[in-house]
Amino acid sequence: MTYIFDGSLQGLLTAVFEWFERKPGKVVLKSTEIFQPEAFAESATIITDPIKADRVWAGLQKKLKKEWLRKFYCSYLSEIPEAYNHLLQFALYIFQNQLGAESNYGNAHVIALAKYAKSVEREKHRMEAFIRFQKTSDGIFYAGIDPDFNVLPLISNHFKNRYADQQWVIYDLKRKYGLHYNLSTVEEITISFTNGVKKQNPASILMDDGEALYAALWKDYFKSANIVARKNTKLHLQHVPKRYWKYLTEKAIL
Amino acid sequence: MFDRIREKLNILADAAKYDVSCSSSGGTRKNASKGVGDSHASGICHTYTEDGRCVSLLKILLTNHCIYDCLFCVSRKSNDVRRAAFTVDEVVELTMNFYRRNYIEGLFLSSGIFKNADFTMERLLLVVKKLRLEQNYNGYIHLKTIPGASDELIKEAGLYADRMSINLEMPTEAGLKLLAPEKNHEEVIKPLAFVQQQISQFTADKKMIKHIPTFVPAGQSTQMVIGATPESDKDIMYTADTFYKNFSLKRVYYSGYVPISNDTRMPILGTQPPLLRENRLYQTDWLMRFYGFKVQEILNDANPNLDIDIDPKLSWAIRNMQHFPVDINTADYKMILRIPGIGVMSAQKIVQARKFGKLRIDQLKKIGVAYNRAKHFIVYLDSPYQLKDYQGTQIKAFILAESQSKYLKTDSNQMILF
Repeated sequence: MTYIFDGSLQGLLTAVFEWFERKPGKVVLKSTEIFQPEAFAESATIITDPIKADRVWAGLQKKLKKEWLRKFYCSYLSEIPEAYNHLLQFALYIFQNQLGAESNYGNAHVIALAKYAKSVEREKHRMEAFIRFQKTSDGIFYAGIDPDFNVLPLISNHFKNRYADQQWVIYDLKRKYGLHYNLSTVEEITISFTNGVKKQNPASILMDDGEALYAALWKDYFKSANIVARKNTKLHLQHVPKRYWKYLTEKAIL
Repeated sequence: MFDRIREKLNILADAAKYDVSCSSSGGTRKNASKGVGDSHASGICHTYTEDGRCVSLLKILLTNHCIYDCLFCVSRKSNDVRRAAFTVDEVVELTMNFYRRNYIEGLFLSSGIFKNADFTMERLLLVVKKLRLEQNYNGYIHLKTIPGASDELIKEAGLYADRMSINLEMPTEAGLKLLAPEKNHEEVIKPLAFVQQQISQFTADKKMIKHIPTFVPAGQSTQMVIGATPESDKDIMYTADTFYKNFSLKRVYYSGYVPISNDTRMPILGTQPPLLRENRLYQTDWLMRFYGFKVQEILNDANPNLDIDIDPKLSWAIRNMQHFPVDINTADYKMILRIPGIGVMSAQKIVQARKFGKLRIDQLKKIGVAYNRAKHFIVYLDSPYQLKDYQGTQIKAFILAESQSKYLKTDSNQMILF
């Protein structure tokens, strides 16, 4: 039996609800995006129902500590197709067992969630580190990113607390939505870019006067802090994989 | 103006880079005032230089003018380098603008000694006060304690800094005397002890009075230069151990000496910095702090230096084969931590998971155990029956043969007879 859901977290939780209502035995959960009809397998489409989803989430809250609820949510944000099925199986496993079952690292779904969550948290941490704001001429600090996983919901609070007295925008160029902090709250926004605008590095004419100076100073600093006699390219690449270089002011070739 | 500030930054960042401490962890400041900055408990490395070191803080000297002539230091009086000094405002501007762009986690401010200790410490204090009080800045600040500065100044600085540090420079007093006759360890110990005593005083007061300012919440650290003088690894780690114990230091840093002087008392210019040795010392440091090893178990009169070809944990295991193999399913946590190839996270997972049933090899691999290394030291539910009892030296040879270590390529092909 294959369950097909719409890819939303509520849809996923509804699938858990449906399973307990129908008890269809062994199921595999797939999102509509990746589902391919198979010749000999039955499939059922899950219709997302917020009320059912809330009940399942409330149930999970009773069974799991905060740390594991977060792992569950992070695994969902990974957007990895196999992760959805692991999430369903994990939820079933948790509901069918005693409290504390999540610490059974011998269970394939427990370990899978731990791994997905680790990757997502690492990406979140990298975004907290590698985002470089550019101050625009209207005083807003802007950064365009395209993270491997959908981490914007996870980094929102960090930046809100840290930069409480400056307006900022972090825009996910891959998923086409962003966050805007307006000095009191963080709001979700979408930007319609004009053709030809470099989304990562908007033209310098749009920038604050001091921007070029501080970018140059930062590049200088990055060069000065290096000890040539200790050069270790392998380690450098391990810490700053090349796919992140496009974010980094100090790595820009200009 | 533009060029002058760039030049200053180049000179003063270059002079500060030999201080290896760059951690930004342990801060507790929250952005309660809706200003700028708060601290991230585990710290954030915002980038890494091409030598692979983390860049978390804007690490600069206030000035590289110095009245001292320490041979190992690039800013020594007799060295012919360009000199510069920042004004207080320049440091504040740089810090704020870098921080707002998410380049850095905070400021690491040190300085050469100009005029005298108190004069220098006062300038450092001015910078941190301005950041905290005028700019409403709550980011991380790591401040150097200037040896010989008065207690009042140090105490005031501690109210604004997150971490303070003061460098031992050389692992032993004899080594220090050789290269910096004007200095001694006593000068370092006095302020370390003073700050330590203030920290415990504030912590004690905090239990009774709720609203008390924080004092150096991220604790103190120190640094030793490795390989400039002929100390053994044992000397170095015993000194580190003493300082961890006596002054509750958060970190001791080991900095491989990068030759910067023609003096014949030290390694000549162009000598490779002892990177591998440095790495082994850090591994030992971690074993002491997180793995429950005593320094005497790893380094003692019989083994005064660490093995270069294998890490200290494996080295200890091979010397102490009487403790192995360890049964993963019954041994206590402390012993599991001592198995080569199993780290803190894996050990914790094993202890949790085995409550649900005895663990097999496939589960151990998924948990994250480095199996090729650990297999020589463990027993699990489906471990293969083994007739032969291998010697430590044989196990070492097996592991080295399989290992992909980049260091091996330079190693000699020494034949092993037994």
